[in-house]
Parts: sequence; C-alpha cells; structure tokens
Amino acid sequence: MYYIQPHYHGISRTTEDYERMAHAGVVAVAEPSFWAGFDRHHPQTFLDYFRQISEFEPTRAAQYGIRHFCWIAVNPKEAENVSLAREVIASMPAFLDRPTVLGIGEIGLNKNSANELKVFREQMELAIRCNQLVLIHTPHLRDKLKGTKLTLDLLRELRADPARVWIDHVEEHTIKAVLDAGYWAGMTLYPTTKMSTSRAVDMLERYGIDRLLVNSSADWGPSSPSTLYDCAMEYRRRGHTEQELIDVFHNNPVRFLRQNPKWDIGLLGLTTV
Amino acid sequence: MLTETNVMDRYFLDCRCALLEVAAIMDRLPSSDAACAADERLRLLRQAIAILADPGAGPDRAERILHLMSDPIG
Repeated sequence: MYYIQPHYHGISRTTEDYERMAHAGVVAVAEPSFWAGFDRHHPQTFLDYFRQISEFEPTRAAQYGIRHFCWIAVNPKEAENVSLAREVIASMPAFLDRPTVLGIGEIGLNKNSANELKVFREQMELAIRCNQLVLIHTPHLRDKLKGTKLTLDLLRELRADPARVWIDHVEEHTIKAVLDAGYWAGMTLYPTTKMSTSRAVDMLERYGIDRLLVNSSADWGPSSPSTLYDCAMEYRRRGHTEQELIDVFHNNPVRFLRQNPKWDIGLLGLTTV
Repeated sequence: MLTETNVMDRYFLDCRCALLEVAAIMDRLPSSDAACAADERLRLLRQAIAILADPGAGPDRAERILHLMSDPIG
C-alpha cells in the first residue's frame, strides 16, 4: 500500500514519525505553513520559516525516502496581526517559484474575526493573481460551521476556481456544503478529538471519494501520522478493495496536487500479473 | 455497506466504552453544585445525549450534535 500524507507539519515532529511513515508506505508529504506554537513578532521570522520548510525539511524527509513538498502562507492563528501579515504577504511571491512550493496555504479562519477575514481575503487574491493552488483551514470546534460559511461566501465573491481549492478539516456538518460548491474537501484525523478514523470512513462511504482527501493531524498537540493508515485499515475492513484504498489515500492527493506541475508523482493502478 | 448486525458486531464494545466514559464524566459532577446545574456546557451535553437516545433519529446524529455545538451562523 502506498500513501501520500497531504497535510503534515513536519517541523513539529521527530524523525521517528518519518521512519514510521516510511515503514507504513508513505511516499510523500506536503507541509502547509502553520503556527509556530507562539505568535511571531517579525516578518523575517516567517520568511526564515518558509526557508526551513522549503530547504531543510525536504532533506529530513529524504533520509527516509519520503518526498517533501510545502505550502506558504500567513496562517489563520497569526492573521490577527494585520500589519505583520501584510509585510509577509508582500514577500510571499518570491517563495512561490521554489521547486517544492505547491501553493498558498494554509490560509483561512481561526476565530472568524474581522482581521482574520481581511488577511484571508488578501491571500486569496494573491493566490488567484498568481494562479496558485489554495489550501484552506476551517476553524475547529464551535467556530467551524460559521467559519466554513464565511469561507464559502468569500470564495464565491472572489470567483475562486473550485477545482484548485482544498477546504480542510471538514466534519459531518460542513462537508456537504463544501462538496456541493465544487471544492475539494479534506478530513483531518485525530487520535482522541475532532474527526476520527471511523467517522472519516463513514464520510467516504456516504459521499463517495471524488474530491475527498484524508490526512493525519501532525502538529504541536496530541496528533499522530498513523491515523492515516488506521483510516485505511478501517476502510479495508469494511470491504473496500486495494485499488479503492490507493484511490483514496494515494491517488486523490495526486489528482489535486498535480495541478501544480512541480508535483511529479503519478497515479497508481493495480494490475495482476 | 454495513448491516445492523455488522455494526453491532464491530462497534458494540467501542460504543459501550465511549458511553461509559461519558457516564463517568457525568458522575464526576457534584450533584449539589448550583453553578454546575446552570452551566451552558452541561445543558449542551444533555441535549446531545437526548439526540443519541432519540429512537426516531436518522443517520445524522453526529451532524445534529455538531450543529448543536456550533456558534450560530447569523
């Protein structure tokens, strides 16, 4: 079985995670820009972070045979500081040409504040101007429903191309609206909170696999890359074929990410010999 | 597609475990605490439990509970 881990914050994890992912069959990860664990005070801190995920982190992953790609953005949690965010946004175009940068993300909302919405809008406008793929973070817990609606409203207003936008962290009460509007929907799995592996499989079965992505949470808090292959195990246990597993856990990330020509990993199909 | 028997065969023990965890958390609430009784979160939890127990509920309990736990949109 081969997996792609399409949303993975490698800098917050030890190499043990890369090793375990390699053993499980993960062939590539894509690392969105996110919160550092503290609020940054200087634009240069963001720029050095973009260098870290586009220069150093691929070398760490490569030691385990795993390809590493990344996204750049001002994340929603730090978007409250609009002036700082604007300084970073002004420097982002220079990073978009780097060989492993796939697009702008993760942008979006955290607490649905007016400042977050401003920074979200400006990064979406940059993404559209520069023809970039977009990865959007929807808020967690009680803020998710409203944040998803605000997200869909903004995308509609800006006439974003749904095929090039991935709205992540969907749950049962937000997934339909995202899929009905034509966007890609991502489900992020947690060991004990938020979306579980079983519920993700329920969603795959209820809505079909078109435009659905599955990823592990892998960040500063309780999270585990193994939830990705735990989900695959549950999917297999419910009677789905190996090709169906590959379609969900390898080929769907390929289908979305290969819209950026820098993504050079192709689709897999099983044949008997 | 899972049948009712499949679901019970596979998930009964997981469900039992999850319910016991919820029961144990509720048992930790001090019964005589007036502030606790007025806690909005407790009201939400009791409403969520009622959704679970609703014999007429369709396959949308998770979605209904998430709606219950969400901030209003408007």
